[in-house]
Amino acid sequence: MTTVAVKPATMAQALTRALRDAMAADPTVHVLGEDVGRLGGVFRVTDGLAKEFGEDRCTDTPLAEAGILGTAVGMAMYGLRPVVEMQFDAFAYPAFEQLISHVSRMRNRTRGAMPLPITIRIPYGGGIGGVEHHSDSSEAYYMATPGLHVVTPATVADAYGLLRAAIASDDPVVLLEPKRLYWSKDTWNPDDPQSVEPIGRAVVRRSGRSATLITYGPSVPVCLEAAEAARAEGWDLEVVDLRSLVPFDDETVCASVRRTGRAVVVHESGGFGGPGGEIASRVTERCFHHLEAPVLRVAGFDIPYPPPMLERHHLPGVDRILDAVARLQWEAES
Amino acid sequence: MTVMEQRGAYRPSPPPAWQPRTDPAPLLPDTAPYRVLGTEAAGKADPDLLRRLHAHLVRGRRYNAQATALTKQGRLAVYPSSTGQEACEVAAALVLEDRDWLFPSYRDTLAVVARGVDPVEALTLLRGDWHTGYDPYAHRVAPLSTPLATQLPHAVGLAHAARLKGDDVVALAMVGDGGTSEGDFHEALNFAAVWQSPVVFLVQNNGFAISVPLDQQTAAPSLAHKAVGYGMPGRLVDGNDAAAVHEVLADAVRRAREGGGPTLVEAVTYRMEAHTNADDDKRYRADSEVETWRAHDPIALLERELTERGLIDEDGIRHAREEAEELAADLRARMNQDAVLDPMDLFAHVYAEPTPQLREQQAMLQAELAAEQDGGDR
Repeated sequence: MTTVAVKPATMAQALTRALRDAMAADPTVHVLGEDVGRLGGVFRVTDGLAKEFGEDRCTDTPLAEAGILGTAVGMAMYGLRPVVEMQFDAFAYPAFEQLISHVSRMRNRTRGAMPLPITIRIPYGGGIGGVEHHSDSSEAYYMATPGLHVVTPATVADAYGLLRAAIASDDPVVLLEPKRLYWSKDTWNPDDPQSVEPIGRAVVRRSGRSATLITYGPSVPVCLEAAEAARAEGWDLEVVDLRSLVPFDDETVCASVRRTGRAVVVHESGGFGGPGGEIASRVTERCFHHLEAPVLRVAGFDIPYPPPMLERHHLPGVDRILDAVARLQWEAES
Repeated sequence: MTVMEQRGAYRPSPPPAWQPRTDPAPLLPDTAPYRVLGTEAAGKADPDLLRRLHAHLVRGRRYNAQATALTKQGRLAVYPSSTGQEACEVAAALVLEDRDWLFPSYRDTLAVVARGVDPVEALTLLRGDWHTGYDPYAHRVAPLSTPLATQLPHAVGLAHAARLKGDDVVALAMVGDGGTSEGDFHEALNFAAVWQSPVVFLVQNNGFAISVPLDQQTAAPSLAHKAVGYGMPGRLVDGNDAAAVHEVLADAVRRAREGGGPTLVEAVTYRMEAHTNADDDKRYRADSEVETWRAHDPIALLERELTERGLIDEDGIRHAREEAEELAADLRARMNQDAVLDPMDLFAHVYAEPTPQLREQQAMLQAELAAEQDGGDR
């Protein structure tokens, strides 16, 4: 048995490692975006890549998101695998037309002749004290666009694995990086990083019997914390980390809900028209006879992302999750 | 008194990389559209090229007429005719080498066909049986783009990638006058100039964006002037003069191939038909204006030149027309056959592998089709 050096690493470091490994393994992988070169990205995720692989492989572009994604389309057409960085969630909006009108549907438009293997990295979500336009959770928009895969890691190991899988995918993948977790540390072996299961598999982060918390990205650690706190109330919560929003892993999610009979969907983005509505519907359609209570949602408020001094009231925290868990006892009360 | 109020105390220095431009070559376009036909320059034009352009123009005109007729018969959902603009369409296709790429806009079916794409496949989008009927790699023609100017950054990215790989490939991207107002036009030109990408942007200024005339579209002296701000040359050319468009585009393609970077070419032309068969152009322009342009018809201009110089005779003209007629007859016959569609194609090309969700929907449609089949058999 070989011993592996497991040491603490941050999610940002794992992402950097994934980019480096992908670029080293495949000369067609190119990184482009605003500030990704000399600066190494505002979150330093592309740190050192321009130096190691040259500015042709890791390119500082003009400041124009539609142009960044639009040129990536042309690069992919010519056989490259571009990885673009959108600096912040809300900065990706100028690129929406490229994403929706071309990136997501080029394979479909051309009957499979022109697939676009583009990875779109988007730091997303709040909790870092960012000012306006730096904390949006835009996953519902991407989920609603056929032709895109949408994945979001919650752990250091998944950050590496999902980014490698995204780059290897022959389809466009939106990788939503929870910027709140960039500096979260985990024991991880950078010398032997593991891949993940194919995109589309959820994972049970914590087993439990009394209810399932269905969550992803930045809300996963919050749910794990809530599950620990709930033990005091006699609740044994299971936490399912979706990892992939598209494709959606009905199997893992529903297997869990059938075991526990109760479910709460937790995410930061607004609830109205948000991912939780879709997830609750899917669970209800498939697990109705197993449910002891309605599927509840704990989401951000239906407001534009608040200013940083107020964001703690908006973000789903442990207490709000525990309140929802308490409401799952509704049958006993009625 | 603060430091800032002391005279001469604040002397900002320019950013370190800033240099005033001292290029001797002016980027400004010509004041009048460049012309070849009917001028002395025509004497230098290659007779074979002129005859080739003529044959393609005649075919293109006939193709436009046939496609428009097919809309009236319900065989095409819509057709945006390029009648009057054939010189731009044909020159754009003929100026490229096989290894180059064409990025057409929705009105550029003729350029696509002139590049070698099957005439029926080029119309699939407009017939409505699939979005893109041809394999983009077969002739290196990107899908016809319906959103305006969004294909321009693709051309830049492709040319950039080709150059990184060491291939001397040029991308030619077509856009209309209205499309120059879009953000993607700006971003594409800026990227191309910064990266010195081997791209040629061809703006077909046909006077109207559906109904909005050019003076309500831009305040620039010409659309070619827009190039200057990006640091690339702008060329203004008579878009109805096939020889001139070909020459200007050929210069731009050569320049791009040799590493000289992008060029913006504005071809001044006129759309003789309405925007599409669904449009009523009488609401926004006078018949007299259309008639004025009829006197500057691209086919007539070239035929006059060829005839005066003895490069074509009546037989030659008749031959070109007969060939165009054959093309139209073939197009008519093939378009009059009902398209054979497979509903399961709906799920085939969304992802490399359908998601579990799509597989479920696929099974549902399959069951519905089977039920229809059973019902029909009874």
